[in-house]
Amino acid sequence: MKPLTKIEIITRPEKLEELKVAMQEIGAPGMTVTQVYGCGLSKGHKEVYRGKEVNVNLLPGIKVELVVCEVPVELVVDTAKKVCHTGKVGDGKIFVYPIANAVRIRTGEEGEIAIIDPED
Amino acid sequence: MKKVLRVLSLCLMSLLTILPTAFAEDPAAAAAAKIDTGDTGFVLMSAALVMLMTPGLALFYGGMVRTKNVLSTLMQSFFIVGLISVQWVLWGYTVAFGPDINHLIGGFDWLGLNGVGQEPNADYAATIPHLAFMIFQGMFAVITPALISGAFAERMKFPAFLVFTLAWATFVYDPVAHWVWGTGGWLREMGVLDFAGGTVVHIISGVSGLVIALMLGKRKDYGRKAIIPHNLPMVLIGGALLWFGWFGFNAGSALGANGLAASAFVTTHASAAAATVSWVIAEWMYSGKPTILGAVSGCVAGLVAITPGAGFVSPLSSILIGLAGGVICFFSVSVMKAKLGYDDALDAFGVHGVGGTFGAIATGLFASKEINPAGADGFFFGNPDQLLTQVIGVVASWAVAIIMTYVLIKIISVFMPIRSTEDEENSGLDIAEHGEKAYAYQDLVTEFSGAPAFMSAPVVSEKATFQVAIEGDKK
Repeated sequence: MKPLTKIEIITRPEKLEELKVAMQEIGAPGMTVTQVYGCGLSKGHKEVYRGKEVNVNLLPGIKVELVVCEVPVELVVDTAKKVCHTGKVGDGKIFVYPIANAVRIRTGEEGEIAIIDPED
Repeated sequence: MKKVLRVLSLCLMSLLTILPTAFAEDPAAAAAAKIDTGDTGFVLMSAALVMLMTPGLALFYGGMVRTKNVLSTLMQSFFIVGLISVQWVLWGYTVAFGPDINHLIGGFDWLGLNGVGQEPNADYAATIPHLAFMIFQGMFAVITPALISGAFAERMKFPAFLVFTLAWATFVYDPVAHWVWGTGGWLREMGVLDFAGGTVVHIISGVSGLVIALMLGKRKDYGRKAIIPHNLPMVLIGGALLWFGWFGFNAGSALGANGLAASAFVTTHASAAAATVSWVIAEWMYSGKPTILGAVSGCVAGLVAITPGAGFVSPLSSILIGLAGGVICFFSVSVMKAKLGYDDALDAFGVHGVGGTFGAIATGLFASKEINPAGADGFFFGNPDQLLTQVIGVVASWAVAIIMTYVLIKIISVFMPIRSTEDEENSGLDIAEHGEKAYAYQDLVTEFSGAPAFMSAPVVSEKATFQVAIEGDKK
């Protein structure tokens, strides 16, 4: 079984469409997207309700998870870096994980075949 | 002790004087007691407008609480439409407006509306059916206790709320309404001006709210976690309904389709508009942003402030009252509340108590006989005494509200718990008190906690699986 790798990209919500298109172009169209909240270097913002200040430092983001086998991991990471980069605080993080196994529930296939699009 | 009694009795007296001038019209017409179709149509429509204010208030308050408490807050207003309407028909109306007993309370002659029929009652409104007057007043009786609920939102037990509301309506609102508006009520002759209930409705509800907020204590999360309004568009819809209904509240208090009604209509609108602008400007300068919550709060503050003077002041005066009312209420909720540290959750006191008090005093400044000959001239129209009379009315209503609310809550707390437990506050009163959730995005949880999904639905389609994942993740 070829090694499977999961790439997790946490970034700005407004980058989602661009990221989807870019991943399709490099042949890694399958992904799971989650709305997330996070904090880090970003300062957040202040909200005021009837004069009462509320500091909001958990900011909305998206988490995009892709599992790849044939597409080079570096290509995915570089593409994501390029797309999500603005140079300002809050661009996000990319994490790379090894995956022990994958199962396609519909057919019961395991390993790389479970994540490769059969039509390719 | 004697002194306390004297102050109390003074309070009671002035309370009742609040709205009488509006009703005391035309003795000649009263004698004739002939129904006027225009007046009747107008008052019935006004009653319907005032009815809409309570559901409007439910939305106004409901949007300001957290997701887990929105239903309990809506219920605390909406259910009162049912509860107090029944109370009003059965005994509330006769306690408030029935034949006078010792200038303190209405007799029980009109229990269950016995004898209240289609003929006018010349003592109250000579040109409309007695029933029309009764139902118009009934809508005021409904919204007043609902206003209090803003102070104890997110932390009062529903059974205690029900008992308190019923007791407060019967032992506070109804007698006070009798003193001020009922025939023979002892405040009726004192000369306090209150066109549509600034004192009877807004001061006593706002101040009672403050007393309960202090007695219940702060919400568990107050000052520890951010408590943010969960739906500001809902607040705007509610505020807009209040503004709309308020035309019935104030203009309808002329009890006739006449020039005075038009005058009150205009002052009501001008004041609400001015306060919308002034609240937003004040908060913009003070805390940096012009907010929607500020604009909606401002319009309500302006409506509260003009209520006692609506039928006594000119449109220009009403703009001044609105401008000042907006700024005063903004500082009372954003600065004074924080400094003093009480948890008046939705600012029932900050807007209605403070705005009503300011409005009652402003009426003593700006009232003019040119606008309403049945009224009086205020401070700026050569009658400084009126200001003093207004202050007495204010002090009296504060005193009644404080004492009676304190006593009622003390008595009720002997028989049942008043405040929600910590667990109930954590899970939210919607689940704890009513067994419901407000929003459908919680469907996932209910589906799985009901009949096991794998038993009733053997095949889970791909689509459904996908949906489950998305919804689960969103949370």
